[in-house]
Amino acid sequence: MKTNHISLTFTSISENVALTRLIIASVGAQLDLPLNDIEELKVAVSEAVSNAIIHGYSNSPDYIVFLDLDFEDGTLKIEVRDEGCGIANIEQAMQPAYSTDPERMGLGFVFMQSFMDELQVESTPEVGTTVTMMKHFKQIPISSH
Amino acid sequence: MGYIENIYCDKILGGLVLNLEKKIERLTLILRLNGELDMHTASMVRQAIDIEIDKRGIRTVILNFQDVQFVDSSGLGVILGRYKKLLPLGGKLKITNVPPHIYKIMELSGLPKIISFYLDEAHAYEEGRGA
Repeated sequence: MKTNHISLTFTSISENVALTRLIIASVGAQLDLPLNDIEELKVAVSEAVSNAIIHGYSNSPDYIVFLDLDFEDGTLKIEVRDEGCGIANIEQAMQPAYSTDPERMGLGFVFMQSFMDELQVESTPEVGTTVTMMKHFKQIPISSH
Repeated sequence: MGYIENIYCDKILGGLVLNLEKKIERLTLILRLNGELDMHTASMVRQAIDIEIDKRGIRTVILNFQDVQFVDSSGLGVILGRYKKLLPLGGKLKITNVPPHIYKIMELSGLPKIISFYLDEAHAYEEGRGA
């Protein structure tokens, strides 16, 4: 199994969320993951990046979101970082159905937790938030390409 | 007599992010979605539905998910939001033709507990009309 690293910095505009899904889907395809796993990774990435734009940067298009993908020893690590407002109470933010917006379901972290093996959130108010997600793949066939 | 209107969102990499086809019959709006429903395209869906509820007095909204490839919590939020908007107006939101991988996400969110799902548009349209 090859190791792989991808780093992407992008502007905090909502159009870029789809771009991050394309990237994770490509990485998943490289690893010969089943379609179902790729769909789940797309949701997890979409949620983390949307959170950075919506909550970290309050939907302002003038900031930068950082995405790092690492694949090593059968583990895919996805890190999404913003330098936004931060989360004062991480425990509260991660509760199902907790949302700061009535139009939203408060399910972002629930989906990340459901579809990934590990989820870690580090945040400092006025400094930013880093979401780290891990997925362990045991028996990925060695790709010929 | 109904009519059909197409609304196109922006394109990336040659593919449509989300295309909406609106069909209106009496007080029912049928919205066929084609593409991905995320935080970017959710606002387009919200506007497309709300304008018909507010201006035309639409009270039944049928969302056809047959050609939806992706939904996340932002997309589910816009569906729940339309349900909440229609409820006090005595209206109804119905969802049809959901692909299995999309239904999985919806099920995890608990959406099928409050919103009615149908096999196709015909079943959704007939139900509640006494037909």
